[in-house]
Amino acid sequence: MLESYLSIFINAVFIENIALSVFLGMCTFIAISKKIDAAIGLGIAVIVIIGITVPLNNLIYTYVLKEGALAWLGYPEVSLEFVGLISYIGVIAATVQILEMFLDRYVPVLYNALGIFLPLITVNCAILGASLFMVEKSLAFGESVVYGLGAGVGWALAIAMLAGIREKLKYSDIPDGLQGLGITFITVGLMCFGFMSFGGISI
Amino acid sequence: MAKTSEVLLSPIFKDNPIALQVLGICSALAVTSKLYPTLIMCVALTATITLSNFFISLIRNIVPSNIRIIVQMTIISSLVIIVDQLLKAYDYETSKTLSVFVGLIITNCIVMGRAEAYAMQNGPYMSMVDGFGNGLGYSVILIIVGSIRELIGSGQLLGVQIFPLVSEGGWYVSNNFFLLPPSSFLIIGLFIWFLRSWKTEQVEPAEFKMSKNAPKEVKAEHA
Repeated sequence: MLESYLSIFINAVFIENIALSVFLGMCTFIAISKKIDAAIGLGIAVIVIIGITVPLNNLIYTYVLKEGALAWLGYPEVSLEFVGLISYIGVIAATVQILEMFLDRYVPVLYNALGIFLPLITVNCAILGASLFMVEKSLAFGESVVYGLGAGVGWALAIAMLAGIREKLKYSDIPDGLQGLGITFITVGLMCFGFMSFGGISI
Repeated sequence: MAKTSEVLLSPIFKDNPIALQVLGICSALAVTSKLYPTLIMCVALTATITLSNFFISLIRNIVPSNIRIIVQMTIISSLVIIVDQLLKAYDYETSKTLSVFVGLIITNCIVMGRAEAYAMQNGPYMSMVDGFGNGLGYSVILIIVGSIRELIGSGQLLGVQIFPLVSEGGWYVSNNFFLLPPSSFLIIGLFIWFLRSWKTEQVEPAEFKMSKNAPKEVKAEHA
């Protein structure tokens, strides 16, 4: 039991890293990776939100949307899967909003540290992507908690690494046209090749 | 009329959403290994962004500004659900290939970005034109990346063999490197280099410049 959870976690962090193997959350990944502090802040925010929303969406999928899920209401043949997308994004937007208000009221230090990043996260495709993959892999509730955390940690790890590389890279003599965005793309490409080497590991 | 064509054409090279504004790159990377799914993705995104800009612009004056994000999200996700269902009904194979990426158009920042930056301030007609233009800007990059990857990776375009493969008696040895997803990062990086060498006003200034005299000083120290 514990072993299968561990393998889901390792799988989500390294082998199917949500940033470097599935290419999700790339916009913020490239935009907010200039400074390592900001990157780590955003990474932590993503871990928290993804860790909450994936299990929540799992509950919604299992008890409301899945075919036959409404049997407890007396509608055994209803399938609401087609409204999946809108309900997942609703859950994510609401969670972000609630977390923002909660942090503002009770943990102002963390709120100030994360402040700018929280609203950005609603449109981070890593979050929605993790929920969609959770449905595609048809995970159980416990597994979805582990998968959510793993996906978040993987994303945070990737953005922290990229920020580290970019902080060193700004001292390099790069051709004018490649300066900034261009060289960042190529760096991320090379990092992806690095992460592909995890693909051969079977656990 | 001049303004319409300006709004329509400037996102293609001058203000490209992917190469300059860094928006919506996730799908640009994952779906481009073959040209056909790439084209479907372009059509899906362009349709969504055009319609979402139109509808958001229609209601821009009656939505209170503090709940506008969730209203925009609702409109965009309803449109994406329609696109997704249509695709599942008429082209199930491709919808399997694209897997979650059609759904991810919702969080594609081009759509949200244009809704927020353009459609909230402008009339429905111009917003539609702007949405369509940005859809085209996105499609141009995706089609370029998709054709390069399919042509070099498997010697085909849209499934038609262009270069005869060695394994089938031809002369072309396919380069599997280009079928791997990370290669699209390198292609986009090089494309940005090309674009910025052409339109030099897009070049980002370097944070640190190498001093002109640096190599001489180093020499002096070692001597």
